[in-house]
Amino acid sequence: MRVLKDLLYTKDHEWIKVDGNKAYVGVADYAQEQLGDIVYVELPDVDDEFEIEEAFGAVESVKAAADIYMPVSGKVLEINEALEDDPSLLNQDPYENWMILIELSDASQLDDLMNAKDYEKYLEEEA
Amino acid sequence: MYPYIPNTSDDEKKMLDAIGAKSIEDLFNDIPDDVKLNRPLNLESSKSELEVRNILTKLSKENKTVNDLTCFLGAGAYDHYIPSVVNHVISRSEFYTSYTPYQAEISQGTLQYIFEYQTLIANLTGMDVSNASLYDVGSGLGEAAIMVTSITRKNEIVVSKTVNPDARRVLKTYAHVQGMKVIEIDDLDGATNLEELEKNIGENTAAVMVQNPNFFGIIEDVKAIEEITHKQKKAMLVVSVDPISLGILKSPGELGADIVVGEGQSLGIPLSFGGPYLGFIATTQKHMRKLSGRIVGESVDADGNRAFVLTLQAREQHIRREKASSNICSNQGLNTLASAVYMVAMGKKGLKEVAVQSTAKAHYAYKSMINTGKYKPLFDKPFFKEFAITSEIPGEKVNETLLKEDILGGFLLNKYYPQYENGILYCVTEKRTKGEIDKLVNVLEGIK
Repeated sequence: MRVLKDLLYTKDHEWIKVDGNKAYVGVADYAQEQLGDIVYVELPDVDDEFEIEEAFGAVESVKAAADIYMPVSGKVLEINEALEDDPSLLNQDPYENWMILIELSDASQLDDLMNAKDYEKYLEEEA
Repeated sequence: MYPYIPNTSDDEKKMLDAIGAKSIEDLFNDIPDDVKLNRPLNLESSKSELEVRNILTKLSKENKTVNDLTCFLGAGAYDHYIPSVVNHVISRSEFYTSYTPYQAEISQGTLQYIFEYQTLIANLTGMDVSNASLYDVGSGLGEAAIMVTSITRKNEIVVSKTVNPDARRVLKTYAHVQGMKVIEIDDLDGATNLEELEKNIGENTAAVMVQNPNFFGIIEDVKAIEEITHKQKKAMLVVSVDPISLGILKSPGELGADIVVGEGQSLGIPLSFGGPYLGFIATTQKHMRKLSGRIVGESVDADGNRAFVLTLQAREQHIRREKASSNICSNQGLNTLASAVYMVAMGKKGLKEVAVQSTAKAHYAYKSMINTGKYKPLFDKPFFKEFAITSEIPGEKVNETLLKEDILGGFLLNKYYPQYENGILYCVTEKRTKGEIDKLVNVLEGIK
């Protein structure tokens, strides 16, 4: 199970990569592996605003579908349209293939997320 | 032994002995005595089959159907001709006795006709995807409301009062439990008041819902409504249609609708005192993952043969649980088949012929009524197969007089639109003859 060092993670297995007041958001390796072959990715519209833990999109495999939640509150600046054309990119590399780029509304919310070390421990407990 | 229960006293005794009960009463020991009836039901003594048949036949003759009366009533339920092939096909036991296929892929025949129905509805409405059907147009509006609020994350539905009032009541029931706000827009001369519509669309608008032809039979300016709706970011356009009208009118898909719903009763399904009817709903590929209900898709089996499956199931409640946008997992099986057989039997030309004849006859009836000088048009707008007329005479009196002549009169608009007090909505389908229309107008002319 790949866990990247410089990212923050949620208990629902989203990751967030912060760069100033912007951040990329995607699903962690564990999530894509649990879902299996991903056949559809639903993304929000640019400029949509979401609260922390609100579903901003969904990922669908052949036999399951999962909502993807906001690790922190923010406004959508960009969406990764490549995922709409080829959802399997999330299986191939869930960290390279981010889902949305957001503008953070409240950077202090990042403090409640897990770093890579905590997340690895969390994964062990989950297993 | 009772005539309607095939167990003999011996059968009963054997069954009771097997479970160790003394009498049938023993089976209800858990129910306290004071809530029991404690006496036999007050039923007449049993009757022979012949007697029962005679009683019921006599009783059923008190019903009047469109076979006994000449029907000029519409308002959402229509007396169109049903070719005999429809009942012939749906009465086959392979179709007639099978309800929802629980092991769906085993029921290839059922899946195939649903797939063909979906294809026909998608083509007719000009949309990409249809589901396997809903209960009626009311459930169509309700499910569309759930879709649009889920897609847009807004909770206001702006609906024109020219949408069928019964369907709007179902919509409001859905909205009430889903926490949506329904804003109703008044009509202006029988069509949606566009100025008022525009004023009521805002950043909370999930969708605008209109009906075309509308409840008064009038052709709405859907293009203008589409432009007003889509000027608001995210807002979606839901159009309810009479499928027969699509034989001559532009499809909602061509006019920019995001979701199309409608009442499929016109498509080969009898009036039957109000149901069961058939709701349809169709949308664009962009929104198909939010489409309610089941969807049948085409695939190939292990040998590469064409086969059918339930598809896009990850949206549905058995997989998405409480996250599913809709809880509908049933469809209107036999009526779906009836409408598919109807559409195929009529074909493009046939459907157009029904639409053209209905329109022509409705306009003939309209002109004849106006020519009497006694009746005036309620609105001055282009109409399809229904039109509203008003006069000095109360609607009840008009309809009572017509009924004496075995004519089923129009819909009294004051039931839902008190401002149109003596307004009557007449419907003329392709089934009406010139003679029948002339008789109607004659009787109307004679009412004092």
